Amino acid sequence: MEKFVHLKAIAAPLLRVNIDTDVIIPSREMKGVSKTGLSVGMFANWRYTDVPARISNPEFVLNRAPYDKAHILLSGDNFGCGSSREHAVWAMKEWGFRAVIAPSFGAIYYGNCVRNGILPVVLPDEAVRAIAAWVEASPAANQVEIDLPSQKVHAAGVAYAFSIGESDKDMLLEGLDPIGVTLKRDPAIQAFEAKDRMQRPWVYI
Amino acid sequence: MAAPRTLYDKLWDSHVAHSDGAGNCLVYIDLHLTHEVTTPQAFEGLRAAGRKMHRTDKTIAVPDHNVPTTPDRLETIKDPESRLQLEMLESNARDFGVPYIPMSDIRQGIVHIIGPELGMTQPGKTIVCGDSHTATHGAFGALAFGIGTSDVEHVLATQTLQMQKSKNLRVQVDGALPTGVTGKDLILAIIGRLGTAGGTGHVVEYVGQVFRDLSMEARMTVCNMTIEAGARAGLMAPDDKTFAYMMGKPHAPKAAQWEQAVAYWKTLKSDDGAKFDKEIRMNAADIVPHVTWGTSPEDVLPITAKVPNPDDMSDANKRVSAKRSLEYMGLIPGTPLEQVKVDKVFVGSCTNGRIEDLRAVAAILKGKKIASHVGMLVVPGSGLVKHQAEEEGLDKIFVAAGAEWREPGCSMCLGMNPDILQPGERCASTSNRNFEGRQGRGGRTHLLSPGMAAAAAITGHLTDVRKVM
Ligand code: SF4
Repeated sequence: MEKFVHLKAIAAPLLRVNIDTDVIIPSREMKGVSKTGLSVGMFANWRYTDVPARISNPEFVLNRAPYDKAHILLSGDNFGCGSSREHAVWAMKEWGFRAVIAPSFGAIYYGNCVRNGILPVVLPDEAVRAIAAWVEASPAANQVEIDLPSQKVHAAGVAYAFSIGESDKDMLLEGLDPIGVTLKRDPAIQAFEAKDRMQRPWVYI
Repeated sequence: MAAPRTLYDKLWDSHVAHSDGAGNCLVYIDLHLTHEVTTPQAFEGLRAAGRKMHRTDKTIAVPDHNVPTTPDRLETIKDPESRLQLEMLESNARDFGVPYIPMSDIRQGIVHIIGPELGMTQPGKTIVCGDSHTATHGAFGALAFGIGTSDVEHVLATQTLQMQKSKNLRVQVDGALPTGVTGKDLILAIIGRLGTAGGTGHVVEYVGQVFRDLSMEARMTVCNMTIEAGARAGLMAPDDKTFAYMMGKPHAPKAAQWEQAVAYWKTLKSDDGAKFDKEIRMNAADIVPHVTWGTSPEDVLPITAKVPNPDDMSDANKRVSAKRSLEYMGLIPGTPLEQVKVDKVFVGSCTNGRIEDLRAVAAILKGKKIASHVGMLVVPGSGLVKHQAEEEGLDKIFVAAGAEWREPGCSMCLGMNPDILQPGERCASTSNRNFEGRQGRGGRTHLLSPGMAAAAAITGHLTDVRKVM
C-alpha cells in the first residue's frame, strides 16, 4: 500500500453534507472487475452534463482549473456515507486524491480510505469552511499542507490539529499490508478456533 | 461480580481472537456472505499475493446485484460487464472452493434475504459482507456489518478483521404501533430522529415492546436500515420468535446441538444496568406512515405532512442541502406529500423483499388495478420467497392489478441491472436509499413501506395507506 506521510497540494472545496458513495461513483460506473479504470466514473452524475457521452460540466469544481489538479478534497459532514463500495476510494485515488478533509465520514468509507493510502482528516465544520474560503481566494497559491506524523493541517496561517487512531496512522505512515500483519497472528486465530469450537460447536459444521 | 454488559459487549468479547491491549483487536468472523460486485478485486488480491483462504466453510457466494429479473435471464445476460462480474463470482468460488448458489437455484436471492432463510444467519454470530446492508442480520442478535473489498480480502485470507470496538447506542421505543404502521415506518422515523450521521461510531441495540411485537421479517427491515443512521450495526436480542423462525432451517443446528445453541442464544441480551454511551427514546403510538421527500434517508416525514420549506430550517448546512434535494426531486415546498404523483412503484430489496412484505402489498392490491400511468415492479427477495408467494397465489394478484412479477435480485434498488429509472422519473420504493441517482441517473426516489407502495400504485400518487386499507 502507498504510504501517506506529508502532502502539500491544491485542495478542492465540495462543501455539501452527506455526499454518499453512490454520488462518488454510481453503481453503473463500477461494473468492472478491477481497481483501475474507475476514475472516469467518479462523481459522474455531477461531473458530466451528459453522462453516457462524457460531456464535461464546466460548473463542477473538479472540472475547473486549478482544482482539476487537486489532491485534497474539502467536504461536508458524513462524507462517504451509504454503500460500502470501495470503488469510491479506488476511483478517487486513481483520479489523484490523497486526502479528504471533512467534519465526519461514513465509517466504511473511512476504513476503505486508510486501506488505500488516502488520509481521511476529521476537522470541525468551521475549520473546513475557513480552509475552503482561504483556498478559494487563491486556489493555486493557497495550498493546504497535511503532516501526518504531527497530525496537523496547515492552512490559512493556522495549524489545525486532528486525531486519528494509532493503528490507522501506522498503517498509513508505513504503508502496511494489513493481511500480512494479521497472518503473523495466525497461531492466535487457530487457538481461538480450537477453543471456540468447544464452546459453540454448531458454528463449525 | 463482572460488570453488566450490553448485547454488543457480549458479541464483541466472544469474538476477540487477539488484542494488543490498546484496543486494536482481531475479531473472528463466523459467516462471510459474498456477491459479485465487491469480491472480484478481493479474490484477485489473494491470487496476486499467492494467498489461500483461511477456510472455505464459513463463506457463501450468491449473485444478486447485477442479475436481470426477467425470466429470460437464464438464457443470456445481455450486458457484457454484468455477465463478466457474474462469471467471475462463479469461477472464483470454484477456484477457491467457496460454496456457490447459481442463479438457476431456487435458493438464489439477495444475499441478506438468503442468509436468514437458509439458517446461516444465527444469533451470536459475527457476520460480514461487502455490502452495507449486512446490518439486516442483527435482527437475530448477530453482530453483522458491511465492509469494503480490502476487508473482504482480509476475511477471506484470515477469517478475521482488524477492528476497534464501537460505542453502544440504545434506541428504546415504548408502546405499540398503530394500525397501518409498519417496521419500515418505525425505522424511517428513527432515522429521521437520529439523522444519517446520528449513529456514527456506534452499534445500535433496539429495545422495547414494539420490537418484540414485530415479526422476524419486520425486525430485519428495522436492522437493515440501521446503516442509514450511520451506525455500524443494529441489534435485537434473540427471543422465542427468533428461535421459532430458525428451527428446521437447512443450516440451523439440529437435535442436541439445537438445544445447546438455544441455551447459549438465550444468554445474548443486555444485562440489567449495562451502560450505553448514548440513548434515545421514542413512543410507538406517535408514529404514522412515513415517506422520504429528499435525497437522504433522514429527509423523511409523516405522509400527512407537506414538502418542507428549506427557509424554515435553522441549520445552514441543512438549508442548503434541502434546497438542492428539492430541486433534484422536482418538489415545491408546501405541497402536501399526498399530492406528489409517481411514475413507478418498486416493491422489493433486502429491506422489503420478504414474504410478509409481498403479502402486505397483495392485501392492498387484491381486486384493484394500479393507476394507468404507473408502472409497478414486484421483485421477490429470493427464489424461496418467490415460490412461497406463488404457492399463496400472490403473483396472480399482482399481475391482475397490472404489476410485473419478476425473478429474484436487487433489481431497482440500486440501478445497476436493467431495472432502472429514467431521468426525471419518480418512484415510490420499498428499498432503503433515496440518494441522487441511486435507482438510475436523474431518478427520484421516495422510500416507504410495502403497503404505502401499493397504495401509491393504486392512486398514482403518494397516499396514506390507512385510507385504502
Ligand atoms: S437490495 Fe439493494 S441494498 Fe440490498 S443488497 Fe441489493 S442493492 Fe444492496
